[in-house]
Amino acid sequence: MKHVKTLNTQTLNNTVKKGGCGECQTSCQSACKTSCTVGNQTCEQKK
Amino acid sequence: MIHQYKSNGYNIVLDVNSGAVHVVDGLCYDVISCLNRQNRDYTAETLKEPSVLEFLEQELGGAYIVSELKEALEDVAELTGAGKLFTPDCYACLLDEVKERKTVVKALCLHIAHDCNLACRYCFAEEGEYHGRRALMSYEVGKKALDFLIANSGKRRNLEVDFFGGEPLLNWQVVKDLVAYGREQEKVHDKHFRFTVTTNGVLLDDDIQEFINREMDNVVLSLDGRRKVNDRMRPFRNGSGSYDLIVPKFQKLAESRGQERYYVRGTFTRENLDFSEDILHFAELGFKQMSIEPVVGDETDPYAIRGEDLPAIMEEYDKLAKIMIEREKSGKGFHFFHFMIDLEGGPCVAKRLSGCGSGTEYLAVTPWGDLYPCHQFVGQEQFLMGDVDDGIVRPEIADEFRSCNVYTKEKCRNCFAKFYCSGGCMANAYNFHGTIHDAYDIGCEMQRKRVECAIMIKAALS
Ligand code: SF4
Ligand code: SF4
Repeated sequence: MKHVKTLNTQTLNNTVKKGGCGECQTSCQSACKTSCTVGNQTCEQKK
Repeated sequence: MIHQYKSNGYNIVLDVNSGAVHVVDGLCYDVISCLNRQNRDYTAETLKEPSVLEFLEQELGGAYIVSELKEALEDVAELTGAGKLFTPDCYACLLDEVKERKTVVKALCLHIAHDCNLACRYCFAEEGEYHGRRALMSYEVGKKALDFLIANSGKRRNLEVDFFGGEPLLNWQVVKDLVAYGREQEKVHDKHFRFTVTTNGVLLDDDIQEFINREMDNVVLSLDGRRKVNDRMRPFRNGSGSYDLIVPKFQKLAESRGQERYYVRGTFTRENLDFSEDILHFAELGFKQMSIEPVVGDETDPYAIRGEDLPAIMEEYDKLAKIMIEREKSGKGFHFFHFMIDLEGGPCVAKRLSGCGSGTEYLAVTPWGDLYPCHQFVGQEQFLMGDVDDGIVRPEIADEFRSCNVYTKEKCRNCFAKFYCSGGCMANAYNFHGTIHDAYDIGCEMQRKRVECAIMIKAALS
């Protein structure tokens, strides 16, 4: 592709089926305690 | 839904529903924005219809020749066919599941001490008092809290417990005893506790450091940045600054943990809108993991962030992003919590749309054992959910929190950042709008900017 460089291969839709196990970290607890950010968290299944 | 923006010379296209991120050239950027304005549900097939190219010719013919437009359109169609552009929103199917989900409690914030040895001006805990009285949690109450967590955690194995305050080091013996109790109980119940602590560092010494390094998965070190910024907001009760006492202790602790599993965490207010300087100051002090958060305060507080401050804050985030790229390239990189984003892995969609977990998976426990949806609701009686003796006695509060997600909030549903933000802080929403089913707009502006910067950094370093 000449005009596009895509940064990621994995897409969110792929996580629908296997997701939701709930073993992952609680967002706010993990660092800063005044906001919620999940984009940077890791999935426990991938560890 | 597509979000596109230009930042630091990069043309970035985020396909919100798939999470795919594309860096494109100017031509392709214009083509996508033209198509996006039409607001149609394009598929790879419909994009190949002759009318589409004709439309682009009409719109962009002055700037580009037809063969270029055709070529770009082919790329767009290919991405769309691969599920990476114009991806439809297929998550509605998950919503009922999310709303009806049986949640278990997996994290507790133990308010181990409602007391503090500093008198930070912006403290939402009101110097540790939380609209209530000064108090230390007893070992008995703490034990019951851990028992409650184990009993309500279902099959979930990893349990998180944060020792929070006020200042937890003021009640350190109880912390140590509770960790010992947790370690004993986790064996009995096949659980694993992840303990963390948040401290202002005043009482930190070698023994405490050694204990923290042995037992705590993460430690949050509160510091605001440059000496004058820190000391203005984080004085001792007698008014003198805390910087000189605390910084060497934090540096030592961070080193002793191999510069991992900790955050130096500061707050910025409208009195230091040049907060990138404070982050760089952390870096100069040798810290590698850091976070600086906008203050949470009443609009009437003189230091509260106002709408009019946003342009300066946006510029500051941009500036910081550029500096971080340069530093990373020269081997002097560091992590800034809000610019960390995992485009490749990261959590599943269910997690992304269900939010912070307050009131359901995450609860706060007061020194006397009352349960609240999270540390920021502590002391607001209407959110009192129960206590460690009787458990949750007002499940309707949990139900309300459970029913709140990015699709139930109008603002979030239409927001490109929803899968990174997951709906924002419910406490902020409540404080500004009187309901958790809303979003704190100034916070949203900042959140969206941080997501844009985080993605741009990925583009620059890819
Ligand atoms: S930035 Fe605001 S509107 Fe967007 S998802 Fe977060 S809370 Fe909702
Ligand atoms: S409501 Fe806000 S402060 Fe409370 S857990 Fe959620 S994000 Fe954190």
